[in-house]
Amino acid sequence: MSTAVYERIRKNPKFDELVAKRSRFAWMLTVIVLGIYFIFIMVVAFNPTLLATPIWEGGTASIAWPIGAGMILLFWLMTGLYIRRANGEFDDINSEIIKGAIE
Amino acid sequence: MNSRIMKYAFIALALGWMGLAMAAPDVGATQKQPLNVHAIVMFFIFVMATLGITYWAAQRTKSASDYYTAGGGITGTQNGLAIAGDYMSAATLLGLTSLTYFQGFDGYIYCICFYVGWPFIMFIMAERLRNLGKFTFADITSYRLDQRQVRTIAAIGSLTVVVFYLIAQMVGAGQLIKLLFGLEYWMAVVIVGVMMVIYVTFGGMIATTWVQIIKACLLLGGGTLVMLLAFSKFGFNFETLTTQAVANSKKGLALMGPGSLLADPVTAVSLSLGLMFGTAGLPHILMRFFTVPNAKEARKSVFVATLCVGFFFTVVALMGLSAITIVGTDPQYFEGSVVGSRLLGGNNMPAMHLAHAVGGNLLLGFLSAVAFATILAVVAGLALAGASAISHDLYANVIRKGQATEAEEVRISKSSSLILGVLAVLLGIAFERQNVAFMVGLAFGVAASCNFPVLILSMYWKGLTTRGAIWGSIAGLVSAVLIVVLSKAVWVSVLGNKEPIFPYEQPAIFSMPLAFFMAWLGSVTDSSVRATREKEAFEDQYVRAQTGFGSAGAAAH
Repeated sequence: MSTAVYERIRKNPKFDELVAKRSRFAWMLTVIVLGIYFIFIMVVAFNPTLLATPIWEGGTASIAWPIGAGMILLFWLMTGLYIRRANGEFDDINSEIIKGAIE
Repeated sequence: MNSRIMKYAFIALALGWMGLAMAAPDVGATQKQPLNVHAIVMFFIFVMATLGITYWAAQRTKSASDYYTAGGGITGTQNGLAIAGDYMSAATLLGLTSLTYFQGFDGYIYCICFYVGWPFIMFIMAERLRNLGKFTFADITSYRLDQRQVRTIAAIGSLTVVVFYLIAQMVGAGQLIKLLFGLEYWMAVVIVGVMMVIYVTFGGMIATTWVQIIKACLLLGGGTLVMLLAFSKFGFNFETLTTQAVANSKKGLALMGPGSLLADPVTAVSLSLGLMFGTAGLPHILMRFFTVPNAKEARKSVFVATLCVGFFFTVVALMGLSAITIVGTDPQYFEGSVVGSRLLGGNNMPAMHLAHAVGGNLLLGFLSAVAFATILAVVAGLALAGASAISHDLYANVIRKGQATEAEEVRISKSSSLILGVLAVLLGIAFERQNVAFMVGLAFGVAASCNFPVLILSMYWKGLTTRGAIWGSIAGLVSAVLIVVLSKAVWVSVLGNKEPIFPYEQPAIFSMPLAFFMAWLGSVTDSSVRATREKEAFEDQYVRAQTGFGSAGAAAH
């Protein structure tokens, strides 16, 4: 039974639209997060002294700390961005597709 | 019947605890810290409260779904706290504070590596996990593949991760409690084992989740309080804090940047890969995605968990930095009262000494109790994941080929958790004097190399076949374990050889690509009829993964 429903869902152009939109958005965010993170790890591995630069001329606190905290905050905000679209826009399309398929 | 047993267990435990509290001073003579009354009283309250929850949960646990996944009735926010709880172990609180205390920014790098798996899980895995899974992650990997083979290897992967992680937690618990509570090592290990079995067998996932939620709140609250009190000593000024830390640390300005810990690039990248993708392969974390009713709530839980974990790691880093000045210049925290000698109680103690320094015995007692509670909650989650792998994957689907009744399956799960509990206690005692730091690394390495590649391929790659999944899992498992055993962490530190055979301690950079490659190779060379069928079945799985149509629990709630 469900195979027939899956077949119907797959044939619905909205399904392609949902998958394309959501995948593009998710992968874009993933690439940004992984990109920033691996740049950070590369700096840690190959140019550690760069991160030890003081925030203020003559100060002690280094830029490493706010960069770290900023990454944590930014990544969290990005999960928020994803959830906003996924739980709103994408889920609306999703429930439409399912409703169309079981009727 | 369940509730009667539960009542007896409750009374027996209450009596046992009183006995223990009274008996303990007699044995508190040698290496241990003096008996910590505040900590014991507060921990006792925690134990009583969680037993009450377990009793309540036992009444509500009727079906297999209730037992394994709380009937899918946990909300996103609750589950987010529970996931964060599973992730924030005592090792995080003590180990990462200590790392920042001694190494400065290196500690925070570790935190970031541990953290960055979460956004990834959110974008790539959360909704598919929820839409495809039921009780264990093997439900997903075996969705269109050969049930018996794939579940067997997934269960082996899960149990390997669970056992290594359990040993690390048990040994940590024993050492910690000896220090903080002034109890004997074996007593602590036995208490942890007994409590773990009670939570899991009687309360299943409902109790395990609520214990985890309470503990997450206590840990977040306690950590934040200590951090704020400590930070206030520097007028909440980060520049003042770091200036004094640099002045008071042996490492000086080196605290402010990446240091020796991740000196070579291979280790740095490998560690970060292992921590990141290992998180996405830990069976007790993956299981939590099945406790929420739908993908919407699954996403919400990752959002909440990411916030809690990120916040907590930042709190921990600030605690470590503050401790450099507050603890590091106070003779009372050093052996022989000499600043700069060994820290009292060992290198994992800066967080605890800091709590004492800023809040006296009461806060120290509170944080100690929280640390103990943390261990209990984490081992309970691990035990449930391990028991589920045995009962749902091995017993119900491999041995009984899907013919077992729900009641039989749950009964096997309960006996498995008892066996895991006994095993954990015995191993915990056996490994008392061993350096078990490598075991967490091993658990993450196996999770990243054996569980994760096949899980992600099964969700994303149409071409994955049973043979590919088996090859990939075995390659990941064997190479990760082998690399750790032949590296310095085991070959030299544990087995006492002079030179390590393999130069790197972190396996992920080698074992993960190998697992992916073998999974690919095994699949593309597989031209059997079964493989064709498996590839065709991807279409339906794909629709379900994307839309959640037909997913477990969605209909019932």
